[in-house]
Amino acid sequence: MTDQPTTDDQPVTDDRSATDDRSVTDDQPAAEPPTDDAATRRTVPSRRALLGWGGAGLALGAAAGGGAAAALSNSDATAQPVADSGAAVPFYGAHQAGIATAVQDRLHFAAFDVTTDDRDELIALLKEWTKAAARMTQGHAVGGGAVGGLAEAPPDDTGEALGLKPSRLTLTFGVGPTLFKDKKGKDRFGLAGRRPEALLELPAFPGDNLDAARSGGDLCVQACADDPQVAVHAIRNLARIGMGKVAIRWSQLGFGKTSSTTPDAQTPRNMMGFKDGTRNIAGTDSAALDKHVWVGTKTGPEWLVGGSYLVARRIRMHIETWDRTSLQEQEDVFGRTKGEGAPIGKPRERDEPNLKAMLPTAHVRLAHPDSNGGARILRRGYSFTDGTDGLGRLDAGLFFLAYQRDVRQGFIPVQQKLARNDALNEYIQHVGSALFAVPPGVRGADDWWGRALFT
Amino acid sequence: MRAARSSAVTAIAAVASLAAVSGCAEKSDAKGSDAIRITASNDKCEVSKTKFPAGHVKLAVENKGSKVTEVYVYAPGDRIVTERENIGSGLKVSITAEIKAGTYEIACKPGMKGHGIRQKVTVTGGKVAKRNPKLDKAVADYRAYAQAQADETLPKAQAFADAVKKGDLEAAKKAYAPSRVGWERTEPVAESFGDIDPKVDIREDGLEKGQKWTGWHRLEKSLWKDKKITAEDKTLADQLIKDLKDWQKRVGTADITPTGMANGAKELLDEVQTGKVTGEEERYSHTDLVDFEGNVDGAQKSYQLLKPVASQNNPALTKELDKQFAAVKKLLDKYREGDGFVSYDTVGEAKRKELSDAVNALAEPLSKLAAAVAK
Repeated sequence: MTDQPTTDDQPVTDDRSATDDRSVTDDQPAAEPPTDDAATRRTVPSRRALLGWGGAGLALGAAAGGGAAAALSNSDATAQPVADSGAAVPFYGAHQAGIATAVQDRLHFAAFDVTTDDRDELIALLKEWTKAAARMTQGHAVGGGAVGGLAEAPPDDTGEALGLKPSRLTLTFGVGPTLFKDKKGKDRFGLAGRRPEALLELPAFPGDNLDAARSGGDLCVQACADDPQVAVHAIRNLARIGMGKVAIRWSQLGFGKTSSTTPDAQTPRNMMGFKDGTRNIAGTDSAALDKHVWVGTKTGPEWLVGGSYLVARRIRMHIETWDRTSLQEQEDVFGRTKGEGAPIGKPRERDEPNLKAMLPTAHVRLAHPDSNGGARILRRGYSFTDGTDGLGRLDAGLFFLAYQRDVRQGFIPVQQKLARNDALNEYIQHVGSALFAVPPGVRGADDWWGRALFT
Repeated sequence: MRAARSSAVTAIAAVASLAAVSGCAEKSDAKGSDAIRITASNDKCEVSKTKFPAGHVKLAVENKGSKVTEVYVYAPGDRIVTERENIGSGLKVSITAEIKAGTYEIACKPGMKGHGIRQKVTVTGGKVAKRNPKLDKAVADYRAYAQAQADETLPKAQAFADAVKKGDLEAAKKAYAPSRVGWERTEPVAESFGDIDPKVDIREDGLEKGQKWTGWHRLEKSLWKDKKITAEDKTLADQLIKDLKDWQKRVGTADITPTGMANGAKELLDEVQTGKVTGEEERYSHTDLVDFEGNVDGAQKSYQLLKPVASQNNPALTKELDKQFAAVKKLLDKYREGDGFVSYDTVGEAKRKELSDAVNALAEPLSKLAAAVAK
């Protein structure tokens, strides 16, 4: 959701409460569908975007930075929803929210297998999901609410988000390659002909140790929010609505953002203690978004125009060995300083990196667009810590999420280079992987996730 | 087996708030003017008053027939309010019971079997809840099902106990899972008698401090893990039969309601989801899939009996339930082997997830059945 006015001039009145929730009927759209009247748009270019490229830096497993200053104009600029952490992010729009949206603090990401073979049933579910998602993102309970219904029946909504604010919840929906043709080559839903070429099985990269139970999926939903309970509530309720039609294949919690799409905000640090995402694509940088993130009319397919491709990788970090690595080596591995986050040889975080000053195997050097023919991706990853493993080691790392216009020019070539040469590989291992096509935004109350694909 | 929690069905034995607490019978003349006279014969069951006030009601029974008879007072759904067995030819007995306002049936059972010769009576005073005869029939039919399951279980349990007592390890192992099927099918009823479940179906991890471990799972451990039958086990086999007979006798008194049946069906699926799919229930014998099927069968029975009402109130729900019950059964069929199922330790993680997904797909709509019945 990017070409909406900022939430500044949209007072958010629908905080969650048991009584408010029931006063809203299913027929009411959760938020006003966007208008195309340009006069009503107000874009808020960030200070960084106006200043152009002055910064530098890259982060784990990704490319960023490079290129000319972002050209902004009132007609095509993408407004960044700079909202306070309790507010609601508009659900309807040309693009799905949760991509260019300022990165929220928490994540619950779920991949689903479609268990029904019935196309109509799947479509009915997607409509129901869309309706529930529209409600939840605006801070409402699903269906008939969490309380006040029939005493004999379990409530429609599970209730743990009652009284919590919308918390900038975004729900972003995607479809995996196996939806078009399953592992046995079966075209279950008559979609095989609509699968875009870029929605492929990711190639095996050197060093991958992928767990099939943490990889793939026919569908995905990315839930991001500033309150972890709001994100978990959303996935839990969607999974419940989907029972009998879909089943969760795997899911991942992220407790802290590692990338931001708001370059003037403080850059978050990853679990290795390094700043991550200094030169990420800004949510306000519509030129870069159009060039690197949104699928355009030329590339297509038509049902995906305005959408994107999402790569999800569960990257386990060998935390204990990393922690006993010298500061010098840590900084050499990344190609940045640990404190300031400045590129090696430069004083400030956002200084343009001098790649030749870094080791040839430095992460930033290898991932930089200049080393990858200008390839850029929008990173939206989260740190995770799923307790400890059987050996008492922290089961932690980066749940890498990246959006791009075409993985064949984005993640794949960059990761091929990183997997072969990156000094960081000694301290990380990719253990889960998935690729999804993310359809464009839901336009209004009658629209639904994936409509253009199925009709 | 499951941890103690509130059950959908509550036992009449436990509390005084239920319709009848005392059913004392004695030989007497019992011709007081307040008494309801019941004249039983081989083909008749005459009741002197078919309408009488609630409270302590005295029934003066006379068996004028040649066969030994029984007299029951049934609340709707065939819940036994009070009963008297073994009334010999020519005998007079008196039964006193506290009966609340409502409609009941008095039954005489010459020869002490069958449905009995029945007479409808109305107990007046206070509010009488409006009843749905379709639902009363569903409850009565379910009670008959639960009773039949208990009746069929006893000989199978006896075969199991006999094998244990003979020290025949292999025969006992073979008889173990079949002896549990009737119990698993009607577990919510069995569990409503709070004291029986902890004696017959508790797992080692469910024991409280100082509680002695008895019942099926103790014997399961001896047979599969310890691989030997002790003298103690033989005593436990006898105890199991004794406890199961107690269950068999009490099914008729269980307070079963339509919503209780619906929730009981959902609880059976909960049992599958938390105990069987995980392989915890039968951790030594790995006969979890036998229990699994028993739970699903029992849930399906409840559902089928409630379906005439539920399908009127929520046809989309019953359509979905028909589909999901069929899907679970079809999936279970993949694991059949001989008379039973493959050992659950041969079912891998991915297959267990598939089973779990199918159970979720059924249990989620099943959780809406009670509302469709209560509507």
